[in-house]
Amino acid sequence: MTFRHATIEKNVILLAILTLITISIGGLVQIVPLFTIETTIERVDGVRPYTPLELLGRNIYVREGCYLCHSQQIRPFKDEIERYGHYSLAAESMYDHPFQWGSKRTGPDLARVGGKYSNVWHVAHLIEPRAVVPETVMPPYAFLADRALRYDDIAAHLRASRIVGVPYTDGMIEAAKADLEAQATQDGDSDALLKRYPKTVAGDFDGDPNRITEMDALVAYLQMLGTLVKFTDIRPEQLKQ
Amino acid sequence: MTAIASAAQSSTGIRRAPIYADDVIRAFMIATIFWGVVAFAAGVYIALQLAFPVLNLGLEWTTFGRLRPVHTSAAIFAFGGNALLGTSFHVVQRTCRARLWGGDALSWFVFWGYQAFIVLAATGYVLGISQGKEYAEPEWYVDLWLTLVWVAYLLIFAGTLLKREEPHIYVANWFYLAFILTIAVLHIGNNLAVPVSWFGSKSYGAAAGVQDAMIQWWYGHNAVGFFLTAGFLGMMYYFIPKRAERPVYSYRLSIIHFWALIFLYIWAGPHHLHYTALPDWAQTLGMTFSIMLWMPSWGGMINGLMTLSGAWDKLRTDPGLRFSVTAVGFYGMSTFEGPVMSIKAVNSLSHYTDWTIGHVHSGALGWVAFIVFGALYYLVPFLWKKQDVWSPRLASWHFWISTMGIVLYITSMWVSGIMQGLMWRAYDELGFLQYSFVESVAAMHPFYVIRALGGLLFLTGALLMAYNFWRTIRQEEPARAVYATTPAE
Repeated sequence: MTFRHATIEKNVILLAILTLITISIGGLVQIVPLFTIETTIERVDGVRPYTPLELLGRNIYVREGCYLCHSQQIRPFKDEIERYGHYSLAAESMYDHPFQWGSKRTGPDLARVGGKYSNVWHVAHLIEPRAVVPETVMPPYAFLADRALRYDDIAAHLRASRIVGVPYTDGMIEAAKADLEAQATQDGDSDALLKRYPKTVAGDFDGDPNRITEMDALVAYLQMLGTLVKFTDIRPEQLKQ
Repeated sequence: MTAIASAAQSSTGIRRAPIYADDVIRAFMIATIFWGVVAFAAGVYIALQLAFPVLNLGLEWTTFGRLRPVHTSAAIFAFGGNALLGTSFHVVQRTCRARLWGGDALSWFVFWGYQAFIVLAATGYVLGISQGKEYAEPEWYVDLWLTLVWVAYLLIFAGTLLKREEPHIYVANWFYLAFILTIAVLHIGNNLAVPVSWFGSKSYGAAAGVQDAMIQWWYGHNAVGFFLTAGFLGMMYYFIPKRAERPVYSYRLSIIHFWALIFLYIWAGPHHLHYTALPDWAQTLGMTFSIMLWMPSWGGMINGLMTLSGAWDKLRTDPGLRFSVTAVGFYGMSTFEGPVMSIKAVNSLSHYTDWTIGHVHSGALGWVAFIVFGALYYLVPFLWKKQDVWSPRLASWHFWISTMGIVLYITSMWVSGIMQGLMWRAYDELGFLQYSFVESVAAMHPFYVIRALGGLLFLTGALLMAYNFWRTIRQEEPARAVYATTPAE
């Protein structure tokens, strides 16, 4: 029996099935092993789920499309490591739904921006970028400082994150609102917050102690980026993928 | 069946063609032109924002971050999508000698459902509703709606193929079918998410970090491969032979081209993730398959261009065909540039820079938009039963102005992209990084102005086209007598 392409050309169902098989192979080979090979995510300590305030700050980052101009992925090149810090690990974005590695650097990489600038600098820069960096083309985000952060449904955010695999415990979900307020105002139980989320930095991020704004959340998120993994404690074999 | 169709049978001896569902195709063509102008205008505006940041206006709804997805979605899904849906309905009916399956109500549902998807997505971006994945920004409720519309679209297309009166399924339809099926798979795979509440817009995607990155670029690169390539190759395989009045150059090549292209494309995604935390084996696979992809891409280009054999003179008289052929040329150029940029050594320079933006636009403006313009210059007079466009001269102006725009766009982005990449990695004689990041931002300014000018020319061309079509549709002229007798190809 000789093969004739005309057989496929005369049968819609056959054409559709063969097409589906043909387009499935590459995706399956590239995606499935990333879930099954354990070394895909490096075995390093320190990465934890986002605190409630950081999570909402991250959501603002996503909402505003910051990823369209800023990457969060440092490549293992000498110049990038000198400019931005240690190259990015898969482990560092293991709780990122969605990932925000980005594909364009109209602005600099932000994977390790945490702690590099003061809160005051971030707030001034976000309100009027050109007041701080005259050559920048970044849009102003002054409205973030005027708007109260909406967090009445913060527990629902943690619950939805847990369904997709972020290890938020019942305790974290129960205390979500209290943790958020503790981090943004320093009035609450910061010991409990630190126990649930090590290395959390609490503070009045936006300079306005009277209310919790979107600016508080976004700056809290920016200030924790890249700060969780302590690279001096890592042995090379831990980073093997 | 009408008297016209019966008369056609008796006078020409050709089998009676059914009365095709053309109203919905006309609507898709108008939507294509409208969204094209919107997409180009949005692009010019955000290009100007990068050159003159004061144009962000200090409002939350007009920042670059919120408007960029409006531009990309309008270009890809609204302009490109309406062109694909409309032309696929045109081509599948003619090449199958069958009216659209499912009745008028279903095809009108697809039309209005698709416009609703666009409006829901775009208004969401402006108001700050985005799931933060490039080219897949719409949130869960918009994704669900699109899934519904897409299933209806698949049913109409496959249903029409099933009831065809031609023994063979024409090659253009293989590409359209692969596009519809694969986009369904990609859309569902990349948008799995858990909403925070049933009444809120926010959701959290199913995958995280490195897996999410791989899934996103499996989707993202194949939005290029299947939405912006396979679908438009379907257009090429119908409209170029039609307009040149020549058969497709090689049947064998179209078979190889089709299967090789759809098999290889799906592997290319990881080239968007070179030198990231994605494991090396996946990056290497992505690079290898991206380079291999060069071959079927050029197979398709050759098949398109060689179809012109013996009809090259038509390029002088037919501005529509000139658009189509130039489109195939740009297709060849960007499918060569793409594999080059997927080589890790090249990518280490080009990634994160404007070079990528220039590459995308040589594909999006040169290939996608031009092949659509070519199809429109044929379809608008055809569907509105006119002899020709109102002014072929104006169409010629459109061609040259747009081509100039593309040249300015891609050359300025080559220069700025390579310059950025080199500035970031430059060291001074003492071994320090030579430039701060913001110096590279400042150095981009003249190129961002040139790019915006290129975009403005492209937009101007599209406005000339829209005016030309408006006059074409409105001009008083007897209907084409041959309309109902045109045999199916």
